[in-house]
Amino acid sequence: MSTETQTPTGDGESMSEAELEARIAELEEKIAGLETELGDDRKKMTIVATKGSLDMAYPPLILASTAAAFGWEVIVFHTFWGLDILHEEKSKKLKLSALGNPNMPMPNALAALPGMDSMATRMMRKRIDDNGTATIEELIDVSLESGVELQACQMTVELMEYDEDDFYEGVTTGVGAATALQHMAESDVQLLI
Amino acid sequence: MSSTPTATETLDVKGQSCPMPIVKTKQAIDDLEAGDVLEVVATDSGSMSDIQGWAEGTDGVELLEQVEDEDLYIHYVEKTA
Repeated sequence: MSTETQTPTGDGESMSEAELEARIAELEEKIAGLETELGDDRKKMTIVATKGSLDMAYPPLILASTAAAFGWEVIVFHTFWGLDILHEEKSKKLKLSALGNPNMPMPNALAALPGMDSMATRMMRKRIDDNGTATIEELIDVSLESGVELQACQMTVELMEYDEDDFYEGVTTGVGAATALQHMAESDVQLLI
Repeated sequence: MSSTPTATETLDVKGQSCPMPIVKTKQAIDDLEAGDVLEVVATDSGSMSDIQGWAEGTDGVELLEQVEDEDLYIHYVEKTA
């Protein structure tokens, strides 16, 4: 068996040329199917947004809109307080918590006083404005414009007693954990924020 | 003086910060034809790294040049396809 021969010996004979060709055709078909499934090999990202404070509303939307600019397919699944980001009215009044926030220039004993959250929020909003940082509303607009799918978890929509009409136009409702999981399984990047 | 690429279109994102320079650049590029060059004028210093990363990770665009001019960060992006 030191030299290559044209015809294989032993059990190599079990596959004739015709069978091999058929096998190749079968595999080619399979590959073509997989390629179609992969589409144009766009990257995919799924973010689960669970928080509704002003500071936590930004990361999902910034990452989502940026990924969309890269041509990625992006889904943000909003659940619990993350729903407030999609809530047209609430999204404009998201607050920052002064309490338990080590970056606040005040001790927790003071931060716990009434009115401190509003003060912290005002300070943050002013900074956002001065810095030319986009508002949550602007980020939602550009995200939807650039094809990001913003989903509102149906179970928490009902739990929070929100109405579909409360959300920005273009928000996807009527989805649940199974939808989110399915997207996550197909995604290159999955984030819980 | 180094010669900067000739721009077909200019996008002004002065005063805007992350992620807007990228998002708007992408939108502007979408409206251009292959071969066109977009000049992006930004004040966000992060745009130097961000535009570069975006151009590398995006098909059909090529970053031709980036110029820092006092407080301005100017990017030249060609739509290649």
